[in-house]
Amino acid sequence: MGKKTGQDQILRPPVETRIIGKSVPRKEGREKVTGRARYVDDIALPGMLYGVTVRSSAARGRILGIHFEGDIPWSEFTIVTAKDIPGKNCVALLIEDQPCLAAEFVNHPEEPVVLLAHRDKYLLQEARRAVRIEIEPLPAIFSIEDSLARTQTIWGKDNIFKSFRVEKGDVDSAWAGADFIVEGTYETGSQEQLYIEPQGMIARPGPEEGVTVWGSLQCPYYVHKALVLLFGLPKDRIRVVQTETGGGFGGKEEYPSMIAAHAALLSWKARQPVKIIYDRAEDMVATTKRHPSRTRHRTAVTRDGKLLAMEIDFTIDGGAYETLSPVVLSRGTIHAAGPYNCPNVRILSRAVATNAPPHGAFRGFGAPQSVFALERHLDRVANTIGLPPDELRRRNFIHEGQTLAVGQVIHEKVNMGHLMDRAFELSGYHAKRKRFDAENRENTIRRGIGFATFLHGAGFTGSGEEYLASEVAADATSDGRVRVMAASTEMGQGTNTIFSQIAAETLGLGVEQIEIAQPDTASVPNSGPTVASRTSMIVGKLVESAARGIQQKLFQSGLLKPGYAAKDFAGACRQYIEGNGPLRSLAKYQHPRELHWDDNRYQGDAYGAYAWGAYVAEVSVDMRTAEARVQDFVAVQEVGKVINPVLAAGQIEGGVAQGIGFALYENVVWQEGRMVNGQMTNYVMPTSMDVPPIRVYFEEIPYARGPGGAKGIGELPLDGTAPAIANAIAHATGADITRIPVTPEALMEMLEGVHA
Amino acid sequence: MPDAPSKIRVRCHVNGQQTEFEAYPMARLLDVLREQLGLTGTKEGCGEGECGACSVEIDGVLVNSCLVPVLQAEGASIRTIEGVADGDRLHAVQQAFITHGGAQCGICTPGMILAALNLLARHPRPTEPQIREGLAGNLCRCTGYMKIFESVVEACRKTEQGA
Repeated sequence: MGKKTGQDQILRPPVETRIIGKSVPRKEGREKVTGRARYVDDIALPGMLYGVTVRSSAARGRILGIHFEGDIPWSEFTIVTAKDIPGKNCVALLIEDQPCLAAEFVNHPEEPVVLLAHRDKYLLQEARRAVRIEIEPLPAIFSIEDSLARTQTIWGKDNIFKSFRVEKGDVDSAWAGADFIVEGTYETGSQEQLYIEPQGMIARPGPEEGVTVWGSLQCPYYVHKALVLLFGLPKDRIRVVQTETGGGFGGKEEYPSMIAAHAALLSWKARQPVKIIYDRAEDMVATTKRHPSRTRHRTAVTRDGKLLAMEIDFTIDGGAYETLSPVVLSRGTIHAAGPYNCPNVRILSRAVATNAPPHGAFRGFGAPQSVFALERHLDRVANTIGLPPDELRRRNFIHEGQTLAVGQVIHEKVNMGHLMDRAFELSGYHAKRKRFDAENRENTIRRGIGFATFLHGAGFTGSGEEYLASEVAADATSDGRVRVMAASTEMGQGTNTIFSQIAAETLGLGVEQIEIAQPDTASVPNSGPTVASRTSMIVGKLVESAARGIQQKLFQSGLLKPGYAAKDFAGACRQYIEGNGPLRSLAKYQHPRELHWDDNRYQGDAYGAYAWGAYVAEVSVDMRTAEARVQDFVAVQEVGKVINPVLAAGQIEGGVAQGIGFALYENVVWQEGRMVNGQMTNYVMPTSMDVPPIRVYFEEIPYARGPGGAKGIGELPLDGTAPAIANAIAHATGADITRIPVTPEALMEMLEGVHA
Repeated sequence: MPDAPSKIRVRCHVNGQQTEFEAYPMARLLDVLREQLGLTGTKEGCGEGECGACSVEIDGVLVNSCLVPVLQAEGASIRTIEGVADGDRLHAVQQAFITHGGAQCGICTPGMILAALNLLARHPRPTEPQIREGLAGNLCRCTGYMKIFESVVEACRKTEQGA
């Protein structure tokens, strides 16, 4: 059973590592570079049909009828509507408010209503166009403002999915002592995850075994839970298998449950396998995107730059159903006050309903929105009081022993001033800032340099990890190979490689002796969802414990002695299995006793560990076209021990590129709740021509509870990139950048407020 | 559907092998490669020529196979990702993508490697602007491109050392 993770282990200093810290090549790299890796659309089952989804034509309304029109041989089609659902018509997540197929009402313009399957995918497309869903429209709302004003009540009593209140100190009494009170409102747009592999699923029914689905997904057990409820079947009759996944970034956290449900329903009715693959347009318009946000800041500060009070009002647009909005809101709320020590903080936040497709998980999960607002606002505060922006932050950075807004005392060694100085040194920040100031007056191409300093909590928030109670198993074979069994998915970020390194390090083996089982709910334990920068730090620690469990069994049986050579391991495994049967170890998450969280007061240890970052962006802005480009980017972060430098740098570089898109290019255009630029031609993500040199530097302070000392890093780069760029554009142009993306059109508007 | 056109017979070389098949003339080369020839290493990312995941070479020219009607393949020589390695021996570019982190989720990788090979055929020692331009038609959402550039540079270096 699971090994103890008591105090003795936590306090043990990190030891010399053999494999952790090395750039071991990607475990599944060979399959990927040869084209042999099998993604869901590469799989064809005998007798397989194709499936499509017919969606609502209105943002909100009552379904009056479904008409199958046109010159289509309808009798050849498998047709599924809400009536065909054997169990409960919902996509199970936090609550059960989102139907799998709309039955009576539609609440957003991409809501699924009818499913069709046929063996001819071309005829299927024609058939999709020939289904007419008759809807009596109801008044709808499309903005945070209208939702808060309740021009219509579309969800619950008040359109509010969730709200939080965080209080530290006494904000109301602090204003009187302020030399300055600075206010600002900041907005961020939606953002599409734009993994290059569109979403897809294959389902196969079986009279005995229930339903099996294969697909592109991050969280096998989320899909499993959704199908169990949808079919009303026992858990063991639903099986979910992850296929090679071509990027997720949060976009394949919750929506795959919907597609799996649809494929499963079609296959259940057709009694044949059914494949649903979204084309790019459907994927972009119908699946989840980053929550748009609006943040208001009111800050009290002294003349010498000491923060006295921060009042933060943070609102995100959740779309038509609750889905993950409460959790996105939670992370955004906790990160809203940043890595600063302010004695009095109030954060009020809420996720509101609109008649758009539900917004969902996207790398950073609410934090990029609230961190953008904070880091822009602090530049404004610095400007107001006449202090350089770095000096303002330096005077307020949090230090060991001080408390975050949620009351978490920082016990880690953190030195934000050092990270910031290192980023300045590597980017030539101070010299450039001066030089650009002097040169900009004469130039039509203006230069600017800006930065952001920030933190990101790894793992589920508060008591989340305790509720998840994740498990990882390790199996040894008689030839001395060890197989790691976990539901954590590889989607490009490196799970397979990192887990191999951790297990190999623990067992004194080579990485080639470690196998990673394909995530399959029929055979792997539930190690939780692959989200929240938790895979290396939380699940990796369980991999380490499970591997150590194997070792302990061999030690206890006397077949192996501490300090063994790698070659002795296989012999010991063989003897153990011959004598005792399977050699398996299961590790279960145990919440560190010293971490406490109060969900009612929203106070306590929000995260086991934070990664800390200081990012500097250099931009040029063509004042004739208002086009901004990032010319150089320096990303300095402290992330605990780096398990694999190439993979870790790859995570940061990729995250920075997504952050560049978030800041400058990626503009979701909405019309009555519908994304109207759902193509790669008019929704623009960074290409190889658009990214600057992205220079990544790690500071490593081993984290006692992480495997080999590692902390989570996946989401971190999304937090600091956009505000660093926006601050640089503000420096270059004098424009008050209050919203992203800063497209040329948006910048032109913001430049109108600048008087030369 | 209006009167469906009839299928045509197409003869071409795919990865060095003489191949013959029947297909509708306007079928996408991408679909024929994946579904009829079983070459699923070529990926579909967008279906509109923007992302480059479906990149293949036709007579040495890099194309988006989602935009190519298969009738254009008649008599042509096509290279897909499956034709890049020499048996079990990876091409230097493939190896570099593994070693230097050029592949993450892997979905853009086949197209990206073909784009890199096509670039190297034209510019055996490419400058950074040439690399950026040569790969501009291939989108990657994971890497931020840095490690892809690095992989291309390292593959050139290895090739030169080996030559």
